[in-house]
Amino acid sequence: MNVTATPSAADAVIEVRGLVTRFGDAVVHDNLDMSVHKGEVFALVGSSGSGKSTLLREIILLQRPVSGSIRVLGQEVVGLSDDEALPLRRRWGVMFERGALFSSLTVAENVGMVLEEHTDLGPRLIDEVAAVKIALTGLPADAGPKYPSELSGGMRKRASLARALALDPELLFLDEPTAGLDPLSASGIDDLVRSLREGLGLTIMMVTHDLDLLWQAADRVAVLGRGRIAQADTMTELSRSEDPLVSQYFHGPRGRAALEQAWKRK
Amino acid sequence: MQPTIVVAPASGAEVTEVHCAGAWNVHALAELERRLEAVDWPTQGEIVVDGSALSTLDTSGAWLLQRTLRDLGAGGRRVSVRGLRPEHAAVMKLIAACEISAPAPVATTPDTLTRLGRHAWGGIIGSIGYFSFVGESFIALLRSLRHPSRLRWRPILHNVQSAGVEALPITGLLSFLMGIVIAYQGADQLQRFGANIFVVDLVALAMLRELSPLLTAIIIAGRSGSAYTAQIGTMKVTEEIDALRTIGIGPQELLVLPKVVALIIVMPLLTVYTDVTGVLGGMVMARFKLDIGFDVFIDRLDEAISLSSYWTGLMKAPVFAMIIALVGCYRGFHVTGSAQSVGRQTTISVVQAIFLVILTDAIFSVAFLWLDL
Repeated sequence: MNVTATPSAADAVIEVRGLVTRFGDAVVHDNLDMSVHKGEVFALVGSSGSGKSTLLREIILLQRPVSGSIRVLGQEVVGLSDDEALPLRRRWGVMFERGALFSSLTVAENVGMVLEEHTDLGPRLIDEVAAVKIALTGLPADAGPKYPSELSGGMRKRASLARALALDPELLFLDEPTAGLDPLSASGIDDLVRSLREGLGLTIMMVTHDLDLLWQAADRVAVLGRGRIAQADTMTELSRSEDPLVSQYFHGPRGRAALEQAWKRK
Repeated sequence: MQPTIVVAPASGAEVTEVHCAGAWNVHALAELERRLEAVDWPTQGEIVVDGSALSTLDTSGAWLLQRTLRDLGAGGRRVSVRGLRPEHAAVMKLIAACEISAPAPVATTPDTLTRLGRHAWGGIIGSIGYFSFVGESFIALLRSLRHPSRLRWRPILHNVQSAGVEALPITGLLSFLMGIVIAYQGADQLQRFGANIFVVDLVALAMLRELSPLLTAIIIAGRSGSAYTAQIGTMKVTEEIDALRTIGIGPQELLVLPKVVALIIVMPLLTVYTDVTGVLGGMVMARFKLDIGFDVFIDRLDEAISLSSYWTGLMKAPVFAMIIALVGCYRGFHVTGSAQSVGRQTTISVVQAIFLVILTDAIFSVAFLWLDL
């Protein structure tokens, strides 16, 4: 992964320019610029209420900004109709913070549903591919026929990841991928994300608070504050940053502990 | 690029080369599988898969390749892969590392007798559950009555507002229309006998004794009973009920009692109100169709109905209220996990509440007949 090379606009998978979001009088994003490059693991951090999730929702077409431009995989998405967005939606996968699995379907059916909708695979192949995705995310094989309500929180998250990966997307959005996971599962997710990226050239954008995950998996981290990206850089650079917003975020007691851990590993 | 498989003929030394090319991804998977099945594989010897010309290999494509190799290997042939690009090799490694279970066998459908038995057993368990729920609610009520300060007035008043005050327009309108319909249907028959004035008896007795409490109960079951089930059911899905328990608040006390108490307060009031609007509907119709003026109608009303007709109608209302509130809440607590379950239980709640209301009404009628009321 070449992080240091200056990225050109051409290899930007997500490009946000001049984004403005307002809820009533509250300004969430004030002329925000951001870009995510092909093949990188990009993390968005910021304190609660800084508009991380809103930004993510705007990129995946769940919410419309007041003004500005968002280009995803080379296509402008602001104001795109549902029909126009369909080809784009098939090229990305989203894992929601609380899983958002369809509660009336089993885990295997949750994954299979996406395949059924967007491919011409027969039922047997759908079952098999769904089983592959479920196994990939580290779920035991007997999780497939279970309903989401029968799974633990961590397993639900993995099942949600399996569904996001169903169509082997080029772009993967993860909302708090490790929140609520035990440390072992969390590092399992790190490993999985890394190997998928290597194999498939996957670009990953995540919103997370997990400092360990940031140190372990993220190539670049953007800190969101006061409606803009305060700084976007590697964790090593960010941990040296003078910017009060950035240092506030990374130099709390937990930030320091994660930093020490990361240095020890190196 | 179209995915392809080319099998090179055995070049003397029992080695078959298979060249895979193109995009092996999830969209081409069905086509690929058909082609793989059409290949005439050698029954023995060595098979070498060359993947150097693959342009894309995603996890689904890698799984298909892996499965094909496994099946070939199981037939006693030596299988190997070469020439994969490093990123494709990484995907293959990822797939090889995970254990993929055989698809679960389809559950056989039980025979009719088994289904009947399960159904009956479910019914028995359900009614026992319902009775114990009623018992629990009653105990919670007694406890609250012993310490009236613990009765939660705010949720009670809130429920009075939402189940009662907000239901005024719809219940009023429907019973008004019902009054019109009865007067209209009766008018024709009564005119034939020249007994126009008896339309007053017809409308007033029918509304007060039977229709107005029943109509109100059915509307409230559809309006509030369903809302109770959906609310408690959703709270159960989001673990709010468990949260209440851990805080030390009984869900019965906070969620069930206020609803039951509120409906018991509201239903008799609504019934009186629909009595009035129903008779009003009949009065309007009598004026237009039978030329019975409002003053004559009201005069006759005095003779037509006795106080007991009024009371027999009214005393059903709190019983119906209890049925609707308890069934609604009970069904809510029966929700399990999924959103679908919320919908299912809500349907059951409305159907059961209306069924029980009509059944109880029939029992009331028989009892009143015996008591000669």
